[in-house]
Amino acid sequence: MYSRAYKTIVAAPPLLWVGLFLLLPYALMFAHSFWMVRDGFLVHQWNLQNYHKLVSNPLYAEVLFRTMRIAASVTLCSVLLGYPLAYFVSFHTGARKELLYQLVIVPLWVSYLVRGYAWKTILGSEGVLNGFLQYLHLTREPVSFFLYSPFAVVLMLTHIYTPFVFLPIYAALEHIPRPLVEASQDLGANQRATFVKVILPLSMPGLVAGATFAFVLSLGDFLAPLLVGGPSGTMIANIVQTLFGAAYEWPLGAAVSVCILLITVSLLSLTERLEKRWSFK
Amino acid sequence: MTSPVSISPQNLGVSGKTLLEVRAVAKRFGAREVLRSLSLDIALGEFLTLLGESGSGKTTLLRLIAGFEQPSSGEIWMSGERLDTLPAYKRRVNTVFQHYALFPHLSVRENVAYGLRVKNTPKHEIGDRVDESLRMVKMNEFADAWPAKLSGGQQQRVALARALINRPQLLLLDEPLSALDANLRKQMQSELKALQREIGITFLFVTHDQEEAMALSDRIALLRNGALEQIAAPREIYAHPATAYTAQFIGQTNLLRGDVRGGVATCGTLCWQTSAADGPALYSLRPEAIRLASDAASSANTVRFRGAIRQQIYGGPSEILEIDCAGTPMLRARIPARGQLSGEHDFAFSPADAIRVKE
Repeated sequence: MYSRAYKTIVAAPPLLWVGLFLLLPYALMFAHSFWMVRDGFLVHQWNLQNYHKLVSNPLYAEVLFRTMRIAASVTLCSVLLGYPLAYFVSFHTGARKELLYQLVIVPLWVSYLVRGYAWKTILGSEGVLNGFLQYLHLTREPVSFFLYSPFAVVLMLTHIYTPFVFLPIYAALEHIPRPLVEASQDLGANQRATFVKVILPLSMPGLVAGATFAFVLSLGDFLAPLLVGGPSGTMIANIVQTLFGAAYEWPLGAAVSVCILLITVSLLSLTERLEKRWSFK
Repeated sequence: MTSPVSISPQNLGVSGKTLLEVRAVAKRFGAREVLRSLSLDIALGEFLTLLGESGSGKTTLLRLIAGFEQPSSGEIWMSGERLDTLPAYKRRVNTVFQHYALFPHLSVRENVAYGLRVKNTPKHEIGDRVDESLRMVKMNEFADAWPAKLSGGQQQRVALARALINRPQLLLLDEPLSALDANLRKQMQSELKALQREIGITFLFVTHDQEEAMALSDRIALLRNGALEQIAAPREIYAHPATAYTAQFIGQTNLLRGDVRGGVATCGTLCWQTSAADGPALYSLRPEAIRLASDAASSANTVRFRGAIRQQIYGGPSEILEIDCAGTPMLRARIPARGQLSGEHDFAFSPADAIRVKE
């Protein structure tokens, strides 16, 4: 048995960390969302006007829905890319499995910002993609909608988050005992039926975890819209940034943050339940 | 004891028809040769066991027949059709896997129904056949349980039902009892044998346990380093092992190295009359063939010798004696239990029990 003193010493640093860097900021954010700014000064006066503004000004709902649409598109695209990739690496690569796995992981070592700028270079009017299209005489003028559009945001975020989707799916696929696949074939199921009836159901927890990563991380992203989004690609995190920065509207910014937090937390609790429902050990 | 005749499927009494033919099948994994041009016939309705040490190629042969591996050369035929070119899911062969491989996300009922489902069998028929299969293995009470909640023996039964519901022409069993404890294992052996008799499906059973092989099989195919060492009925292979390896692998034996000259076999201080040709010879003498001379029925050609008991190992109804008789390696005898023995004694065996084997 450990002594009380020992327990206190071991437990103190993480508790302190959680208190100082998680609970306290959340409490502050929550409190701010019920305060207000008057004549350029923060006033600690409890009220609901921030939430009222959120509901009454259609701009917020519009950006929020656009953000969720973008996050959903990113999730869909990265699952459509990540799942087949994970399936291929796990089941059909033989001796080259380790190498291919590393190749998928390596891009994660490159800074997010660098990859963002790379997309800017590729998609711009003077960019690689337009140059290539003109070289092939497929287009005469540079195509302008590549960059500074929701499309560019989805493209960049998909590129960045696909490895995050790949990893949990790959781990789930690797954990499927191979005799189960053989048993399915043995019982008369071809490759497709085996995939649908055995492999897919058993990899669902990984798929849900990967999709959650992609959705939640995209939902809170503000660099991609800043770099390649343009005005039509603005996301909710950009609004928060503006409200806390130039606009000096911390209470309203906090209210928006609380909304995003609620969406994220309810989503996480839902996916956690799904993962439990679909895991068989 | 039957007379030493060659045992082929035709005189087994199960059926005259050959179900499966393995023709000169070889399998290499890179530079490693796991099966070397192996040929084997399995008769319809037979219980054939592939017996061998790990690495002998028995599991590989099973996997080739199931379709999980492709032969490097050779052919496999079943009921007059080429089998080895068909994908696994088109073969009328089902497998009971070593660790059962039950689908963890499906209930017992859904596991058993799997084979019929993927073949789009009508719903009402699936229900009836699942019930029937589960009754056959006495698991109908557990139809709605999850595999993870079942014991090893119960999972084993479900795996059996899941395979048999497809009415395969051939059932492959890959060391299905090896994960069970000793008592359950014995019980499952007898149930498995009874089940096979009842449904009449041909069983190809893989094991490394020679006792299990003898208890269950119509014939045993002993594999060694990817080649067939001997194939025969259990009684035959035990009584007349063709090689020293077979004699040592199946049961225990004393190997006596000696010479035959002028109709007399000599192994150290032991000698007896034989009709064999002259030359060096190797004999297998089962421990139970050696008796205390006082117990042995005396006849003219009984071989008698005197030896000192070095060790006595009690084993319930019988016991093992390790006998030191100058000039031969230590001999082991299995005699009916008869209390503590020590010192020198006279022993005897019949020359008919000394079986000449190849190296």
